Amino acid sequence: MTSQEISEKLKAQFGDAILEVKIDGVLDPYVKVSPLSVKSVGLFLRDNPDIQFDYLMCLSGVDNGKDILGVVYHLYSMTKRHKITIKVDVPKAQAEVPSVQSVWASANWHEREAYDMVGIVFTGHPDLRRILLPDDYPGYPLRKDFKVPEFYQGMKVPY
Amino acid sequence: MPDTLTAPIKTSTGRALRTEEMVINMGPQHPSTHGVLRLELVVDGEIVVDVIPHIGYLHRCFEKHAEHMTNYQQVIPYCDRMDYVAAMNMELGYALAVEKLLGIKVPDRVEYIRVIMAELQRIASHLIAAGTYGLDIGAFTPFLYMFRDRERILDLFETTCGARLLYNYIWVGGVSHDLPPGFIDKAKAFCKYFRPKIKEYNDLLTFNEIFVKRTANVGVLPADVAIAYGCSGPMLRGSGVNWDLRRDDPYSIYDRFQWQPQIGKGEMGTVGDCWDRYIVRIREMEQSINIIEQALEQIPEGDVMSAIPKRIRPNAGEVYVRTESARGELGYYIISDGSTSPYRVKARSPSFVNLSVLPEICRGSMIADVVAITGSTDIVLGEVDR
Amino acid sequence: MGLLDKQFNNSNVIITSLDNLLNWARLSSLWQMQFGLACCAIEMMATAASHYDFDRFGVIPRATPRQSDVMIVAGTVTLKMASRIKRLYDQMSEPRYVISMGSCSNCGGPYWEHGYHVLKGVDRVIPVDVYVPGCPPRPEALMEGLIKLQEKIRNESLVKKTT
Repeated sequence: MTSQEISEKLKAQFGDAILEVKIDGVLDPYVKVSPLSVKSVGLFLRDNPDIQFDYLMCLSGVDNGKDILGVVYHLYSMTKRHKITIKVDVPKAQAEVPSVQSVWASANWHEREAYDMVGIVFTGHPDLRRILLPDDYPGYPLRKDFKVPEFYQGMKVPY
Repeated sequence: MPDTLTAPIKTSTGRALRTEEMVINMGPQHPSTHGVLRLELVVDGEIVVDVIPHIGYLHRCFEKHAEHMTNYQQVIPYCDRMDYVAAMNMELGYALAVEKLLGIKVPDRVEYIRVIMAELQRIASHLIAAGTYGLDIGAFTPFLYMFRDRERILDLFETTCGARLLYNYIWVGGVSHDLPPGFIDKAKAFCKYFRPKIKEYNDLLTFNEIFVKRTANVGVLPADVAIAYGCSGPMLRGSGVNWDLRRDDPYSIYDRFQWQPQIGKGEMGTVGDCWDRYIVRIREMEQSINIIEQALEQIPEGDVMSAIPKRIRPNAGEVYVRTESARGELGYYIISDGSTSPYRVKARSPSFVNLSVLPEICRGSMIADVVAITGSTDIVLGEVDR
Repeated sequence: MGLLDKQFNNSNVIITSLDNLLNWARLSSLWQMQFGLACCAIEMMATAASHYDFDRFGVIPRATPRQSDVMIVAGTVTLKMASRIKRLYDQMSEPRYVISMGSCSNCGGPYWEHGYHVLKGVDRVIPVDVYVPGCPPRPEALMEGLIKLQEKIRNESLVKKTT
């Protein structure tokens, strides 16, 4: 299935929740959906017999600047051999996205990493702890306004 | 489960004993966790009830560094250091991603050199994986044999770019140096030398009774679980899924060679057990030799760098490129804002994803099997933590 | 004793200083603690394996700090790991030595500037005897580092220093 057909199916199913579809002029076609709908979109994409996105390749948290954070889902179908990118934008002040851990089990650690690095809270995640950094580390390092702490547990951090 | 195990334990005077689950800590400094992985094991006697992996002891801020470099090329040494056992594969993935962002094509000779290097590196990486796996299970000799042969591959790399482990060789748009004189002959000689060695490993380790007993039917990973958890590489193929990005989502020039992806067939036990994951790596080495030999025959003359400016400035946009590293699907998600350095680089590392399935396959096994299972996933902590 | 075996009519006495004897014993069997952290650990493994054969210096990898004399910190020390290193070092019995292998554990290496989670040098938490530069150091460099450490041990003395 082409990205065009997938996005049309999504539009027919979800209507207003599909905010933007970009297919021409980009290397990886993407569909931007509203944050609250992402889990139902994921379930639809996984279970629809024509689409069957059974493999979550990558989930990235991004700081888009201007106080907007984003989550990017790269999906692939092992059976149908097509791919699509799903994007979600949330304001930094209320960075909450529903977790897709129950849709794709691999999202578990990816979401924990996005929480750890960018500070996006995935609601409904069974175990949302920091994964790479220690629990008491201050701040979210991949935000553009991150400042390196001077000391961590008595150890000097900058060179 | 027989009744004797579930019945309450009593002393000889008839008093019931209290039993409870125990938490033991494995790592971060432990000889068989392949680096600084920490596993929190909840055990009921010898039986593992749950495993909670703790990672991040080697988090070296790759993504932050990638954003702060002044040039796309400067990110490559950091890619090396992510998966230090298969550095060439890591570079290759990054270079391909940036080239796709730029929309350039590299000279044919470069493609061949890259494939030769990536496949040599895959063999070197699988040698470490298999050697240290034997070490975990208790076989010391295969480790020495495999490191001996790995040194020969490192010698080839050293003549090419001067480094043994971290190369900075595959650049965006080409490679840093052409192959040195005599490289092709040396590489051919290596292929000839190495092919019979695989039989030697099989005699030493693969079909060894103790080794088979420790690995067959242990840590079985069913195919559907593997796909749901996003496993890839030998881990996925070990579960019987015929899936290799080099064939199924071809990049570079892998479609020009004759070779076969290897999958686990459950020869010693169940499909997807530790032995299957191990044998996939051993058989892949043979396939890599096939690819190298064909590439060495076909390699054309030509430039080793395409004409690109010193400071690359891709158009604003983003790309996700995935390649088959020695451990599985290595993806780079790069966002460019049109400047000379990337806006965001996310590395989807295979080990990170493969490791997340560990609790699933460890439950119900013995403590000693956890070592066997962790070894068979072949993680590199630099890549798990990035 | 090989060549000297059964070559004498009477038993022998060697006169040496206690310092010499102790130092000779210490420097000839430096058991290292297996402490691979990152890339350098692979080079450390290569050093210990067949081609370079670290065993001939009397260096045998041990998995526990309580049996080891020298800790080779091979790789990047992160903030999360630093407290563990300190604890493992404290668990080693004296005399104990530390070789810092590779630029990362010397000074933060390539991560010195933006490494928000990297400790810029292991010497910020434990004392270091020998620094081996390189990213990663070749096995030969690690051997050189060990020989330097042996030299250092050879010059140690039990005598109190008068200042």
